[in-house]
Amino acid sequence: MNTKLYIQSYCKIKNNTIFFNGNPVFKDTKAENLKDFLKSTYKHLGLKYGKFFKMDNLSKLAFLASEIIFKETKIDTENENVAIVFSNNASSLETDRKHQMSINDKDNYFPSPAIFVYTLPNIGIGEISIRHQLKSENAFFVFNKYNAEFHYNYEKSLIQTKKADAVLSGWVNVDDDTNYETFMYLVSKNGKLEHNKKQLNKLY
Amino acid sequence: MENLKQELKAKIIENLNLEDFKVEDIEDNDPLFGDGLGLDSIDALELIVMLDKDYGIKISDPKKGKEIFESIQTMAQFIMDNKTK
Repeated sequence: MNTKLYIQSYCKIKNNTIFFNGNPVFKDTKAENLKDFLKSTYKHLGLKYGKFFKMDNLSKLAFLASEIIFKETKIDTENENVAIVFSNNASSLETDRKHQMSINDKDNYFPSPAIFVYTLPNIGIGEISIRHQLKSENAFFVFNKYNAEFHYNYEKSLIQTKKADAVLSGWVNVDDDTNYETFMYLVSKNGKLEHNKKQLNKLY
Repeated sequence: MENLKQELKAKIIENLNLEDFKVEDIEDNDPLFGDGLGLDSIDALELIVMLDKDYGIKISDPKKGKEIFESIQTMAQFIMDNKTK
């Protein structure tokens, strides 16, 4: 039997601005690059999580969007099984470039372990899972563009087959300091926005 | 030795992204791992790279890392005894 599902809340981050459920909640016009914007967002949210500063920009972006959604939605991540499904088109390219820079010169060959560990896009899922002690289903896909139909079917399948109570899902992409965006949302049995392909495309 | 210890504190904060710490927050004998600065295994690898890159020291026996990286004091002493640049 198909249970009706909803987009309980959603968060978009782009051009140094954060929107939650369609409303602007934070904007930093002074940040000169993505790293600075992510740091000012961290401070704005009043977070105390030292590991944040060790993350690469892609993980930080995913982490902050998830913090906003979990906090504002008041979801009980300890007792609800929340799966995570993300996608993007740049994979971990920004960090891959940094790693490549550190190994280009054979006479100055000092790859950084702290950078290397982020040369996979799904590490951000791990960071969110560690933060909220999630031991749930997760996947990270690389597509040319946000694929609402794929996401809709995957999210629905996870909940309908009882693999998850809710799904934190969406598009988390970082190419460089100016080309980045997040469209993240929580799919669950609660909410007002019906979960379907048309709705996902509209919100994106 | 004192200059080296200050230098190490600044480098550790910078290289390991310890945004919550300042140089003056770190005592020479504070444990770097566990209850002290709370460094993790990736940080340990980063410190090994730092010794190689900045002081020309290659650690061939990883087991020695535990005593070398016990504190700023032990790190500084190890560097003084073994640096090649």
